[in-house]
Amino acid sequence: MPEQTYLEAIRGGLHEEMSHDPSVYLFGEDVALGGPFGVTAGLAEAFGKNRVVNTPISEGTVMGLAIGAATAGLRPVVEIMFIDFITLAMDQLVNHAAKLHYMSGGQLKIPLTVRVQCGISGTMGAHHSQSLESWLAHVPGLKVVMASNPADAKGLLKAAIRDDNPVVFIEHRGLYWTRGQVPEGEYLVPIGKAVVAREGEDLTIVATAKMLAATLEAAEELSSNGISVEVIDPRTLSPLDVETIVSSVKKTSRLIIVHEAVEKDGIGAEIATQVQQEAFYYLDSPIARVAAPFAPVPASPALEKCFVPGKTEIIRAVRRALNR
Amino acid sequence: MVTKRENPTELVPLLRTMWLIRAFEEKVSALYAMREIRGLLHLGIGQEAVAVGTCSLLRTDDYVFGGHRSHGHAIAKGADINRLMAEIAGRATGYCAGKGGSMHIVALDAGFVTATGVVGGTIPLALGAAFAAKEKSKGQVAVVFFGDGAGQAGAFHESLNIASLWRLPVIFVCENNGYAEFTPLSSHTLIERLARHAQTYKIPSNTVDGNDLLEVREAMTKAVQHARTGKGPAFVECLTHRLRGHYEGDPAKYRELSELAEWKEKDPIARFTRELKHRKVVADKDIAAIESEARKLTEQAAQFALASPWPAPGEVASQVTA
Repeated sequence: MPEQTYLEAIRGGLHEEMSHDPSVYLFGEDVALGGPFGVTAGLAEAFGKNRVVNTPISEGTVMGLAIGAATAGLRPVVEIMFIDFITLAMDQLVNHAAKLHYMSGGQLKIPLTVRVQCGISGTMGAHHSQSLESWLAHVPGLKVVMASNPADAKGLLKAAIRDDNPVVFIEHRGLYWTRGQVPEGEYLVPIGKAVVAREGEDLTIVATAKMLAATLEAAEELSSNGISVEVIDPRTLSPLDVETIVSSVKKTSRLIIVHEAVEKDGIGAEIATQVQQEAFYYLDSPIARVAAPFAPVPASPALEKCFVPGKTEIIRAVRRALNR
Repeated sequence: MVTKRENPTELVPLLRTMWLIRAFEEKVSALYAMREIRGLLHLGIGQEAVAVGTCSLLRTDDYVFGGHRSHGHAIAKGADINRLMAEIAGRATGYCAGKGGSMHIVALDAGFVTATGVVGGTIPLALGAAFAAKEKSKGQVAVVFFGDGAGQAGAFHESLNIASLWRLPVIFVCENNGYAEFTPLSSHTLIERLARHAQTYKIPSNTVDGNDLLEVREAMTKAVQHARTGKGPAFVECLTHRLRGHYEGDPAKYRELSELAEWKEKDPIARFTRELKHRKVVADKDIAAIESEARKLTEQAAQFALASPWPAPGEVASQVTA
């Protein structure tokens, strides 16, 4: 199995799906030029500029255009360069992409993939660093996935493109140049399935995207102190695979949720509620969250460092939960 | 004016369709007053010539998109009025099984792709259908109906720019009825002829009397031909007026009664009827028969709708995803 970066795995997934299905089209700012990080490099050369389409900076209209193309038989992939700009396309995404299947009584299907990168990396400030996944997961009709490693990035993206529903595929910019083994060829990760990334006995941590790596580091360090942590990557936030989390909590009796989005009203709140409904009597300590403060993302490196949760905060939360 | 291209006997079905829309919407209004139909209703009574003048030139496989005032567009495109009435009445037999309602009509069998509750919201969708049509090369076009209120929305300007840039086979049909909800257009913009925006974006455009069916048809014939033959988008602004309020129940106090009376004089059905009589294409008895047939069909649609079952409670969260 070859080793690839997260970014290369996404590009590989796009390449395979565009080869596999001539109705797959890619729309976005600068996509025919490879985009700001090079994710789509070479695709226009391989598939032509009629299928890898550079668009003006008109996010709302481009999103609507892709939805309209989906109603007419295409399987579009829209790239929104930063998740911060998805705000400009939320009307089309929420009012049309998410609802048209339902509102049409099943007459319409919207097989749309929205690729968007999020997160804190490189002190880019409040308009290029947000994590808005819980806004999206709140919308009936949208599927929301977040990949934490190259293999999942490829497999989830391919599954998203083949899905007959709008899927928001959230990439973390801070993971683009991380490496991992990526299966070649046909490799699909099912949407709606979490994965146990590390087995453990004493406590469960659910962590998304870039927070998974920090959590695995924390788990490793804690294991040398005799604390065994089970780590779950939900991979899909909507629909959420609550069974995998609940069965882990029934084993460990403790749960911490880690995400880079602000803590208040984040996806952790939903996970905590669902888990306490299903496993309240198994819990030996309150469910805790480790997440960003309720503030915009600051620009200064000195402040950004304080904003992002990391290994230290995770270890502290684990020790508090276990009281040791 | 009847142009050379118009065959007089082909004009009679256009009168029938206009009457079908008028009778349908008057029935909807009556059912609303009786509380048999609920919710938020926006009627296009008085604007029928735009819907019929446009859709009568389209193929079933052309894509049509509407807005919140689109019962007439769907009927003109060939939607089944029984299923449409049932949808507006919230019944299980409606086009969308009661999940869409008046503002969210989808009649895919007729090529009416979708309407929307968001002003200007379907303009970008029409671009996407036009993009797909261009890629499929079957000569299909996309048409989107919107009002003057949409002309101040970002989606409108972004869409005109992209359609022009990519030469998409889309026809923008602006029903300029002079009011964006309660406010006259002059309070929203200094550019009261929306076709001027099309000129800015280098899209061929025309402003026509939207209550003159044949004038609408003439402009649309050129626009559809332009788009269908790969020459890119076209824009037709139709000056018209809704004879009802913004929504059913709107007392429309913002409109002078004299203005309403003036527009009633320009009723598109009466004008087209006079034209047909003048041309001796129809006689009074034919006209009466056309109206009574339309009323009979809409009465049947109402009976079908009201006799239809409500959606089952279990449907509330079904079809959220495909």
